[in-house]
Amino acid sequence: MSAETSIPSDTVEPTPTSAGAYGPDNPAPVIEPPRARTSRSPKKASRTNFEMWAWLFMRLSGIVLVVLVLGHLIIQLVLDGGVSKIGFAFVAGRWASPFWQLWDLGMLWLAMLHGANGLRTVINDYAEREKTRLWLKTLLYTATVFTVFLGTLVIFTFDPNIQ
Amino acid sequence: MPAGTLYRGREGMWSWVAHRVTGVLIFFFLFVHVLDTALVRVSPHDYDTVVATYKNPVVNLMEYGLVAAILFHALNGLRVIAVDFWSKGPKYQRQMLWSVVGIWIVLMAGAFYPVLQNTLRTLFGS
Repeated sequence: MSAETSIPSDTVEPTPTSAGAYGPDNPAPVIEPPRARTSRSPKKASRTNFEMWAWLFMRLSGIVLVVLVLGHLIIQLVLDGGVSKIGFAFVAGRWASPFWQLWDLGMLWLAMLHGANGLRTVINDYAEREKTRLWLKTLLYTATVFTVFLGTLVIFTFDPNIQ
Repeated sequence: MPAGTLYRGREGMWSWVAHRVTGVLIFFFLFVHVLDTALVRVSPHDYDTVVATYKNPVVNLMEYGLVAAILFHALNGLRVIAVDFWSKGPKYQRQMLWSVVGIWIVLMAGAFYPVLQNTLRTLFGS
């Protein structure tokens, strides 16, 4: 981010005596816009609105997840003795209903995509080297696809009479 | 640091940090949770064995921590949505953060017995 900024570092932190009275001799701190283009920015501008759709998805999925996840927590951890009642029989009882299968399926997909996009943002923010970013994101996407498909498979092929 | 002009170091920044940290923690738990649930496809016995870990007092306490992280992330997420879509959101972002913290404390107090009842009953009898 600091590749092309030429502001001396002492102007960013105002000294105690100068704070408040800015003028030509005492300029206010300059903050680079968060998405300013630097020498490390991609050369070509993106032709899609992917980041805008990702931003919108986080908000929409977030609202739905508040309902799905808090409902899940109340059923699993609060009602009927809390965590102590959970076992194979309890899972079988809940997944006997298509409603709860669909609930869990929606929760799985939305939470995984919401979390994966969140971690993608974190990687983009902190991994500075191009190669590190690429590897971390490859790992993230692999783990996400694997987990989403494993979970989906388990919900759809669940057999209460296994063994 | 001139208050009100710089976001850095104030409520806005700390709620952003807490949102990130709780988000990453929840996401890592989600991986583990899908994997442990997948054991229902292996055998009822294996599933019940692994789920027994969740009933251990130490892990039970971590569940309370998980609830804390999820509740904060959920409430603060709704605040972020209000800041983004409500015309007065940015103006009231600080008040909304303290509302989030207040509701969070009330919900955490309310969740204390229900979530930890397994441990409390084991340790202190019924």
